[in-house]
Amino acid sequence: MRETHSPKIQEHMMISISRLILLVAISTSTAVIAREASKNKLVITGSSTIAPLALELGKRYEKQHPGVRVDIQTGGSTRGITDARQGFSDIGMVSRSLYPEEKDLVSYTIASDGIAMIVHKTNPITSLSREQIISIYSGKIRVWQELGGKAGAITVVNKAEGRSTLELFLHYLKLKNTDIKAQIIIGDNEQGIKTIMGNPQAIGYVSIGTAEYHESQGTPIKLIPLNGLIASVDNVKKGAYPLSRSLNFVTKGQAENLAKDFIAFARSEANADLIKEQYFVPIQVKE
Amino acid sequence: MSRFKSRSDFILVGLLRVCAVISALLVSSIIFFLWSETRPVLQTVPLQSFFKNGFWSPSEGQYSLAPMIAASLLTTLIAIGIAGPIGVFAAIFSHLFARGLIRNIYRICIGVLAGIPSVVFGFWGLIQLVPLVNRWHPPGASLLTGSLVLAIMIVPTVALLTEASFASVPRSTLHGAYALGMSRLGLFRSAIFPYCRSGVVTAVLLAAGRAIGETMAMVMVCGNIVQFPDSLFDPVRTLPANIALEMAYATGLHRSALFWSGLLLILIVTGLIVVSQIIPRKLSHENHTIEAKPPL
Amino acid sequence: MKTIRSRQSLLFDAATLVAPLIILCASLALLFPVFVHGITPLSWDFLFSEPLKSGRAGGIGSILFSNALILLVCMLVSMPISLGAAIYLSEFSPKQNYFGRIIRLSLDVLSGTPSIVFGLFGNVLFCRVMGLGFSIASGGLTLACMVLPLMIRSGEEGLRMVSHDFRRGAAALGFSAKSTVFSILIPCAAPSLIAGFVVSLGRALAETAALIFTSGYVDRMPESIFDSGRSLSVHIFDLSMNVPGGDTNAYASTLTLVLLIFIINTVATLIVRHWQIGRNLHG
Repeated sequence: MRETHSPKIQEHMMISISRLILLVAISTSTAVIAREASKNKLVITGSSTIAPLALELGKRYEKQHPGVRVDIQTGGSTRGITDARQGFSDIGMVSRSLYPEEKDLVSYTIASDGIAMIVHKTNPITSLSREQIISIYSGKIRVWQELGGKAGAITVVNKAEGRSTLELFLHYLKLKNTDIKAQIIIGDNEQGIKTIMGNPQAIGYVSIGTAEYHESQGTPIKLIPLNGLIASVDNVKKGAYPLSRSLNFVTKGQAENLAKDFIAFARSEANADLIKEQYFVPIQVKE
Repeated sequence: MSRFKSRSDFILVGLLRVCAVISALLVSSIIFFLWSETRPVLQTVPLQSFFKNGFWSPSEGQYSLAPMIAASLLTTLIAIGIAGPIGVFAAIFSHLFARGLIRNIYRICIGVLAGIPSVVFGFWGLIQLVPLVNRWHPPGASLLTGSLVLAIMIVPTVALLTEASFASVPRSTLHGAYALGMSRLGLFRSAIFPYCRSGVVTAVLLAAGRAIGETMAMVMVCGNIVQFPDSLFDPVRTLPANIALEMAYATGLHRSALFWSGLLLILIVTGLIVVSQIIPRKLSHENHTIEAKPPL
Repeated sequence: MKTIRSRQSLLFDAATLVAPLIILCASLALLFPVFVHGITPLSWDFLFSEPLKSGRAGGIGSILFSNALILLVCMLVSMPISLGAAIYLSEFSPKQNYFGRIIRLSLDVLSGTPSIVFGLFGNVLFCRVMGLGFSIASGGLTLACMVLPLMIRSGEEGLRMVSHDFRRGAAALGFSAKSTVFSILIPCAAPSLIAGFVVSLGRALAETAALIFTSGYVDRMPESIFDSGRSLSVHIFDLSMNVPGGDTNAYASTLTLVLLIFIINTVATLIVRHWQIGRNLHG
C-alpha cells in the first residue's frame, strides 16, 4: 500500500521545490523590474501625524496618475528628516517647522495643526495658564485641589521621545524632557485620548483636530483653554492659538519632477477636503 | 559515507543537513546583525552606564537601561506568580476531572486565549483594565496592570505544556492510585507530580520567555515611564516596549541603543532556556533515585 | 492530622475548580467587547472593500490580501526548510550527537526570541542589507524565521511518533534512505506535519511587532510582493492608536482576526484528533 504512494509524494516534493525555484526567479526578475519602475514611485516617510493624510492624498494621486505608486511609511518627524537627507525617501513628513540646523532641506507646508490640553469631561477645571502647565508637568503641583479642582492626584500624561508633538510642547514650556515628571507616557494621539477618557484625574495633550472630533462624538474628554484662548481648529486657522505647528513635506533641495507635482497636488485647493477629513487646517497657497 | 545506499541518498541527507544548519545559523545571524547595529553605541557609551541607575534620555546622551531591565523582570515574575498556579491547576482540572462538554469548553477557552493576538490583549487592557485599576489606585497603567495582562497571556502556555507533561505518567500508576481510593490531592502528589515535576518547570520557564518578550500589549498598558517602581501601582516601561515605542523615531546612537536592548533580550531568553534545560535534567536524576523509571 | 489533610484536600479541589473558572472569565471578558462592538460593522462588504479615510470607513479587503501574501511568502519559505530540518533531526541525528544538540539548543533559543527582536533583525537584513525595503517579502521572510522553530519542533515530534516497526520493515526490504523518507516517514507523519504548519500559520497571523518594522504601513492593494502591505494586526494597532474614530472598524477587524485564528486552530486540533484516533486503531 505504502509504496504506491511514493511516486505521488515525490511528485509533490518536486512540485513544491520547483515552485520555490519559480518564486525565487520571479522575485529576482520583479526586483529588477521594480528598480526600473522606481522612476514612477514616490517614497514618503516620517511623521505618524501626517501619515494617514499622506495615505489618502497618495491614493487620490494614484487614481489620477495611473502608473504612479506612492508609498508611505510612518516613523516620526526625525525619521522623515533623516530619510529625506540620506535619500531613502523622496519626501519626508515633518510635523513641525524645521530647526535652523535642518535648513539644508526645503520644506513645504501642507496644513497646520494645534495641540490641545485635554482632561476628563468630569474635571471641573475650566482654564489653565502656561505657568500652571509648567508646574503640573515639572511635578511642582501634584494634586488637582491646588488648581481649584476636585481632590485627587494629577495623572500627568506625556508623549514618548521623538514625537514632534512632545518637542513642540517642551519648546513652548521651555522645559527639557528630563524635567518632566509624568505618570504615563503614550505613543500616538489615540492612546492619549483612550488614556484620558479612562482616567478622571489625567491631563494630557493631543492634536486639536483629534480632540475636537472626539468631543463632538461624545467621548468623555474636554479641551482646556490655554491662557484663556480656546483650543479650536478656528483659532489655529487665525493663528491666534500659541501651541500650533505646521505640517510639512520636506525634500533634499528643491522638489523635482514627481515629488514637485505631488507636493503641488497636496497643497491645491481641490484636495483640501482630504486635509479637513483628517481634522487638520488646510493652508491657503498663493499660486 | 558508505552507510548510504546510493548517491541520491547522499544528496538527500546533505540537503536535509543544510536545512538543519540554516535553521541553526539563524540564531547566530540574528545575534550578528543585532551586534553590528549595536557596535556604535557600545563604542561611545561605556558599558556600565547602561546598567547604572540613571535616565533614559537618548536626545541628551543618557542611556540607562537598568530601570527597563528591572521592569521587564518584575512584570514577568509577577505574571508567572499569577499564571503559574492557575495554569498548573487548570491542567490538573483538564487532565483529571473535566469530561465531555466541560472539557471541550475548557479546551476552546484555552485555545482562544492562546490564539488571541497581543494587540487585542493590549487594546482590552487599555480600555477595560487600566480604568478599573485607576479607580482603585491611580494612574491605572502600572506594573500591576501589565503583569495581569501578561498573566492572562501566558496562562495557556503554562496550562498546555503542563498538561502535555502529565501524559508521561504511566497509566498503571494512575490506575493503581485510583484503586487505592486516594483523594485528588493524594493522587496528584503521589502519582502525578513525581513524573511531571520537570515538565512543570519547563512550562513555567518557557512561559517566562514569552512574557519577557511581549511587546505591543505592554506598550499599551504599562504606562511607559522609565523608572524603578516603588509599588505595584507605579507605571513602568519594559525593554521590548521601549523598542516598539521609539524604534520608528530613532536615529544614530539612539537607534543603536535600541538594538542593544534587543540583544540583551535575546541574552536573557537564552539564559532562561539554558536554565530550563539544566533544571529538568537535575530533577529527573532525583526521579531515578526515588523510584525506578516506568517500563516503556 | 486527619482534619488538616482533608482541609488541604479541600483547598486543592477548590483550586482546581477556580483555575479553569478564571480562565473562562478571562476569555469571556476579552471576547465579549470584541463581539458586541465588532459584529455590527462586520459584513461581506467590510471584508472585501478597500479601506477609506485611513481605515475609519470602508473595509479591510486590501489588508486581508496583503496579509495573505505575507503568510504565503512565510509558508513557502519556511515549509521546505522546516521539513528538511525536522527529518534530519529525527532520522539522521541521534539525540546525544553533538551537532544535533547544538542545532536543538539554537532552535530553542530561536523559539524563545521575542518577536520584536525578529522585527529588528528583519528590518536590518531583509529591508536594508538585501534591499527589499518595507515590503510583503520582507515581512514574510521575517515571519518565516519566527515560525521555523515551532514547525521544526512539531515536525520532529510527529516523525518520532512513527512506529519503529515501519523503519525496520523498510530497512529489511532494502529501501534507500530516500524512499524511506518519501514513501514511509512523510506520509505517516503527514497529519502532524500539517497540524504544525497550521498552528504556525495562526502564530504568524497574530503577529504585530515583527511586521511593523518589515512589511510596513501602506494599506492599499499590493501589486507585487515587493510592495509594502499592512497586515491585519498592524491595521488594528493603527486604527486603535492613531486614527480618530477608528475604533468601530478596529473592533470589526479584531473580530475578523480572532475568528480567522479560531478557525485555523480548530482545523489544527481536528487534524491532530483525527490522526490520534487513527493511530490508536493501528496500535
